[in-house]
Amino acid sequence: MTTLNKSNRRDFIKITSMTGSGLLLGFSWFSAEAEMPMIMAKANFAGDLGFNSFLSIATDGTITIFSPNPELGQNIMTSFPMIVAEELDADWTKVKVIQAPLDTVKFERQLTGGSGAIPHSYKRLRVAGASARHLLVTAAAARWNVVATDCTTNNGFVINSKTGKKLSYGELAEEASKLTVPADLPLKNRKDFKIIGSSVRNVENKKIITGKGIFGLDFYREGMVYAMIQRPPAFGTKIKSVDAAEAKAMPGIIDVVSFKNNVAVVGKSTWEVMKARTTLKVEYEKDGNIESSSDHNQLFISLLDNGKITQRRKDGDVDTAFKNAAKIIKSEYQCPFIPHNPMEPMNFFADVRQDSVELVGPTQVPASARAATSKLLNIPENKITLELTRLGGGFGRRLQNDYVLEAAELSSIIKKPVKVIWTREDDMTGGSYRPAVRYRFEAALDDKGNMIGYKLRGVGINVGNSTRENNFPSGAVDNLLIDSAEHISPITTGPWRAPVTNFLAFAEQSFLDEVAIAAGKDPVQFRLELLQKARTNPVGAIRYSIDRMETVIKQVAEKSGWGTKSGVSQGFSVYFSHQSYVAQVCEVVMNDKTPVVKKIYAVSDCGEVINKSGALQQVMGGIVDGYGHAMFGKLTFKDGAPEQNNFDQFRLIRMKEIPEIEAHFVDNGIDPTGLGEPALPPTGGAVANAIFKATKVRLKNQPFMDEPPFSEAKAF
Amino acid sequence: MPIYNLKVNGKDYRADVAADTPLLWVLRDHLGLVGTKYGCGIAECGACTVHVDGKAVKSCVFIVSRVKSLKVTTIEGLSEKGDHPLQLAWDEVDVPQCGYCQAGQMMTAAALLKQNPKPSDQQIDDVMHENLCRCGAYHRIREGVKSASKKL
Repeated sequence: MTTLNKSNRRDFIKITSMTGSGLLLGFSWFSAEAEMPMIMAKANFAGDLGFNSFLSIATDGTITIFSPNPELGQNIMTSFPMIVAEELDADWTKVKVIQAPLDTVKFERQLTGGSGAIPHSYKRLRVAGASARHLLVTAAAARWNVVATDCTTNNGFVINSKTGKKLSYGELAEEASKLTVPADLPLKNRKDFKIIGSSVRNVENKKIITGKGIFGLDFYREGMVYAMIQRPPAFGTKIKSVDAAEAKAMPGIIDVVSFKNNVAVVGKSTWEVMKARTTLKVEYEKDGNIESSSDHNQLFISLLDNGKITQRRKDGDVDTAFKNAAKIIKSEYQCPFIPHNPMEPMNFFADVRQDSVELVGPTQVPASARAATSKLLNIPENKITLELTRLGGGFGRRLQNDYVLEAAELSSIIKKPVKVIWTREDDMTGGSYRPAVRYRFEAALDDKGNMIGYKLRGVGINVGNSTRENNFPSGAVDNLLIDSAEHISPITTGPWRAPVTNFLAFAEQSFLDEVAIAAGKDPVQFRLELLQKARTNPVGAIRYSIDRMETVIKQVAEKSGWGTKSGVSQGFSVYFSHQSYVAQVCEVVMNDKTPVVKKIYAVSDCGEVINKSGALQQVMGGIVDGYGHAMFGKLTFKDGAPEQNNFDQFRLIRMKEIPEIEAHFVDNGIDPTGLGEPALPPTGGAVANAIFKATKVRLKNQPFMDEPPFSEAKAF
Repeated sequence: MPIYNLKVNGKDYRADVAADTPLLWVLRDHLGLVGTKYGCGIAECGACTVHVDGKAVKSCVFIVSRVKSLKVTTIEGLSEKGDHPLQLAWDEVDVPQCGYCQAGQMMTAAALLKQNPKPSDQQIDDVMHENLCRCGAYHRIREGVKSASKKL
């Protein structure tokens, strides 16, 4: 991590002239004082954490902002520039945004993951905009021979408040570029924000709607060849023998090469390569555990009972609390593996030459991808360039470098520029899944219905710590024990949108609903009582904001008319999601014996909302994602091989299945705390709790479609 | 390999490809029209939707030898200036997130509106149910279709 300090603030401006098109003001923002959000310190994302950015003002007033972070639908290419433009007082219609290539010298934390981009960069981007604005004002004041305080800015102009004269930013760019920026520039008061908090359309809309947005699969280079790779069909197997004679003889095929456990078919077009690959005769042999989902179900129970347990948090004395309990509630929840299924399957372009490498494609972690390529090929990083295309979704899958490395390795073997393309089947069976996890909860109530003891034990596959031991209700229960066990499997797993919490939140919020009902308390009131206890009589460390959590709970109760409606069954859920807070109420009605999810209310506190339109997309999309996967998502294994490999077998939510969503945001002016993931975790719990209210059936396993009442419904 | 003369977006193209090549890959690899996307290859996701003879088809399973003299329209040819009512609506409603599925969504919607300029909510849902959006932008896709319908 780059150390941020004040001493280099004074020399952070570099001036570079750009021949022919005005002036390029180069800023580096190592000096800004934003704190690294906690999530990044914890997150297991490789990647460079140095940051600066690049902003140019042309003599015609056009402002170009380079957007460093990978764009996968979180709308970073719009929200980052909005922050710069706000402090710059720019005319938004004159702002152009360009995706920057990987540059670990200019940019810090050039990655997409952990809902961390805006929290990390908010102050840095504001300082960047304010610095440029300051230079433009100083240049104008000099030209008018007035003091800077006599000048104001608006919409791309500096205005002389005495005379009313104005000069455009373009007219001032050249003079401004010769000045230096002082330390400690003031930033705007949020009441003066014009761009931040407004609804700004995606800056790439025009390209996307005309088919001109370039994703990885769309990238083409003259002389490039296409490749598809056959990988082992089952986890825990390796290649025994390869017969590629037929494939090699097929039209359009250039070569078939084997490396590691891969057999790569290289040819002149996608279809020719795809067809030839089906003729490969590859035998595989055992190379590790061959596991099936049915084994995991048994294994989870035995590991919860007798596994190697790692303690995560302990407060008070749970044994005594459970011994003295008036009532004990026990429950277990389980979820299956799920693939990420971004709409654009994995792919990458690589051109490995004697002493340089060019990489192009969709990755969430360009710096990590380059570092891994450097290590693999033993070519220094400064000889490797990486250019980002748009990413057709990510959801965590593109945090892995496997698909980048195999393209680089193949190019180095065949000595040609190559694009490796995964089919949907490759993508769905290729690993890095959200792991299957099982949770065991126990709660102890005293005779007044107070939760005096709480136990959570998680077991997952290759997941490490499957709990979030410091999340609510930790801090609100006197006697608490959270621990976990793990099973190491050849099936590869990885972060999936809202890692761990994408299922933990459902299990925990469903269990707390069970406890509230057993205690005879209203589920919303039950949470508020626990928070009150955490406030007045905290137990151990509290790592969430009680006030922020309480606010989203109260607001969603009010917006949804909690407890006041007839004809619908409501379920409640709240989660401290990454660094933000989201509370949801789901409404269910019955269609004969089948519950129908009609509406979900969400109140999110992500701090300052940068782009209202983009924020709504993240919340609504996150809820659809959370609901869809809770309802339908399931990848099972038989003898090490995934049993679902395309959308005819793996069900994704579609238009007719979405509930109405009403999303609100808390307006508190706190610096942004992230929104790409936070709305997803609470949804499963809100839905399951509403279904319980409607049917008295407690959904404990995902996907819900396999559980009663859905499994008994016709044509669901 | 046979040579196919194709009429795509009002222009004439020649492609020297195997007869069983899906139109999707002819468009993408041979004609350079990469706006049409690959998502599943089995006509389940709709990302590859184009118009053949004015009707929405999944180009990943529509082989090139079936095209013959039928007119093909892709997202690149939906309008000359990017101002088809659906394109205007998609921008106004701010539909795209990652954007990968949107060409297919718009081509599916365009075929619907051509046949039925004022579809009911149910008719929109029935048709758009064919197309997956992994970002979950369905609410705005629906709103985009309705908004475009009002412009017609």
